[in-house]
Amino acid sequence: MTAMLGTSSLLSIEALTGGVFLLTALGTVAARQLLACFRLFVLQSFLLSVSAALLGVALHSPHLLAVAAITLATKTMLIPWLLRRTVHDEVYRIREIDQVLNIPSSLLLALALTGAAYVFTDSLGAVGVPAYSFVNLPIGIATLLLGAFTLTVRREAVAQLLALLVAENGVFFAGITIVPDLPAIAELAAAVDIPVYTLVIGLLTRRIHSEIGTTMVGRLVALKEE
Amino acid sequence: MVLAAVLLVPVVASLLTLAMGTQHRRGLLTVLAMASVLALSLAAARSTLAKDQISTAGGWLACDGLGALILVLVAFVSFTAALFSAGYLAQRHPHEESGWHSAYYPLFNLFVASMLAVPLMANVALLWVALELTTLLSAFLVGFEATPEALEAAWKYALLTTLGAIIALLGVLILYWGTRVAGKEVFTWNELITDAPAMPPALIWPAFLLILIGFGTKVGLVPMHTWLPDAHSQAPAPICALLSGVETSTALYVILRLYAVLSRVPGSEAEPWFLVFGVLSVGVATILLVQVRDYKRMFAFSTVEHMGIILLAVGLGSADARFAAAYQITAHALAKSFCFFASGIVVLVLGEQRIAAVHGLARRAPIAAVPLIAGALAITGMPPSAIFASELLILKAGLARGEYLVTGFLALFIVVGFAAIMRHATRMSFGAGPLGRWPGVVPGTCLAALAITAAPLVILGLSMPTALVGLLQLAGTAMGR
Repeated sequence: MTAMLGTSSLLSIEALTGGVFLLTALGTVAARQLLACFRLFVLQSFLLSVSAALLGVALHSPHLLAVAAITLATKTMLIPWLLRRTVHDEVYRIREIDQVLNIPSSLLLALALTGAAYVFTDSLGAVGVPAYSFVNLPIGIATLLLGAFTLTVRREAVAQLLALLVAENGVFFAGITIVPDLPAIAELAAAVDIPVYTLVIGLLTRRIHSEIGTTMVGRLVALKEE
Repeated sequence: MVLAAVLLVPVVASLLTLAMGTQHRRGLLTVLAMASVLALSLAAARSTLAKDQISTAGGWLACDGLGALILVLVAFVSFTAALFSAGYLAQRHPHEESGWHSAYYPLFNLFVASMLAVPLMANVALLWVALELTTLLSAFLVGFEATPEALEAAWKYALLTTLGAIIALLGVLILYWGTRVAGKEVFTWNELITDAPAMPPALIWPAFLLILIGFGTKVGLVPMHTWLPDAHSQAPAPICALLSGVETSTALYVILRLYAVLSRVPGSEAEPWFLVFGVLSVGVATILLVQVRDYKRMFAFSTVEHMGIILLAVGLGSADARFAAAYQITAHALAKSFCFFASGIVVLVLGEQRIAAVHGLARRAPIAAVPLIAGALAITGMPPSAIFASELLILKAGLARGEYLVTGFLALFIVVGFAAIMRHATRMSFGAGPLGRWPGVVPGTCLAALAITAAPLVILGLSMPTALVGLLQLAGTAMGR
């Protein structure tokens, strides 16, 4: 594949993947339908896997190819399956996710966060960052910030869980370029960890749904300081 | 060898409890398993004391002074919490043996295993995995009572601490990037400390801040503490003892380790960050302590306060202060688990967590009132509690460093915290109660857990055995330059 395309064109395609990856993150901020958020997350995970595969071929790193395979298996197949199994069907029919902030102001803040991520990455310039890191690092950090932001403003349990997974995708998107050779054991352990927390939080959601009859965690106000 | 055994015992115990049919047997096996974990941890601490550092399994598991201290504390509180669980569950949920309830002991064992793994993981990336597992394995224990409040608390706990862990993960990856730039491949704490001077500060600083914010969420540092009072008040009492007494310290452990790395970077000053987060946590927690309306929540806010005190002590930056911080971690683990055991007994007596609903507890059930008052005195630093000795050491270290402002604030907040907790505790205990004598009996294992925790809490406040002084000094050295 390297012979056919050449390293530079592989890296250009990778940069393009990065652009679409960032768009999916912004999309989850803007999407009001739960099912749309869910699909954007799966698409984003797929792009993460593509980016890892492209870098793996371009940099001749079997390690990154393994990351691509693990991501593809866990995040585009296992986790969506787990989410479908654990979370009640009617939750996916939610068309208007309850949110503290309206969409236009959310998007405005999202753009500011993305800008902040680029400013932050600039400060790392002195370390000698390879060019492809300048694609992945700011996009990954921006996605982490966008995920954390979405989690804070949404008031629906499953939407919050999806935001958490988006934030995690961001960290991995940045991670594959800054540590292309993390010990395999750590990689594997992380790969086990993510489905486990999806399962745990998914089961908690199911339990909340069956005990309280809603997953609108924003309406859970039993616990707060008077 | 012994390090691997420490992790293996609770995992095997978890599988065995899964196969058992009655809650009574599961409890008994868990108590036995935790007793052997405690014995193994003490053995590990002894050989650490003799050799400064031990490692096994090809260097994947390692233990130094700080690790040994956390290991022993986790093992001790796990043992007393297992003992307390046996009586507490039998009294509070007498006929619930299957389904949701049968998962209690298997999860308890796994949760303990994950906490024990944190100080033993030599590799930083695996340490991250272990710390994240402590959240996941305890989330269902937090929601165990299955009331809307408990489920909400479990939800907040799992979601926010996992978000924190994800933020910290980016920090861990950047830290690994730093070791690669320094030309190294092994990603262990020992390597990090030797390589720190060769790493670019432009990488170490963002890594430090991401991990401070990320794992600081799990420690309960203000302003990331919002989930903590919920989780630490809604879980069953023995789980609260584990969460507040030691789980917070295992997360703090990572931040303390990072301090040792940072202190070797030329021209870096991590101390101000520790002082600011420390004072902020102590101050905000103290204000919240004054207005709290639930007594388990009160002890939870006190945990935020104590985490702040420990962070502040390390931020003072002297060897004496680091020794005092290690002492404070020990004293807090003992005193806080005692407080939650005491509040568990009050829950058994009254089935009620609101402070305003409790009057005249001393007359209604002295068996609940005495531990409650004793716990309140111990955690607020009344001698002979070990907390008094450790806080005194921290204040002295602060004055010796010339940090008069910080030390002054700390002293003020400690006094206000004392007044607030004592006011709530006395209001609950004394005065005329609406009802007569409580007819019930407090389970023997609950009282045993209280007594086993009280003994070292008082003894360490009066005099310290040389072995413990050695361990605390070793732990202090592991944190410093």
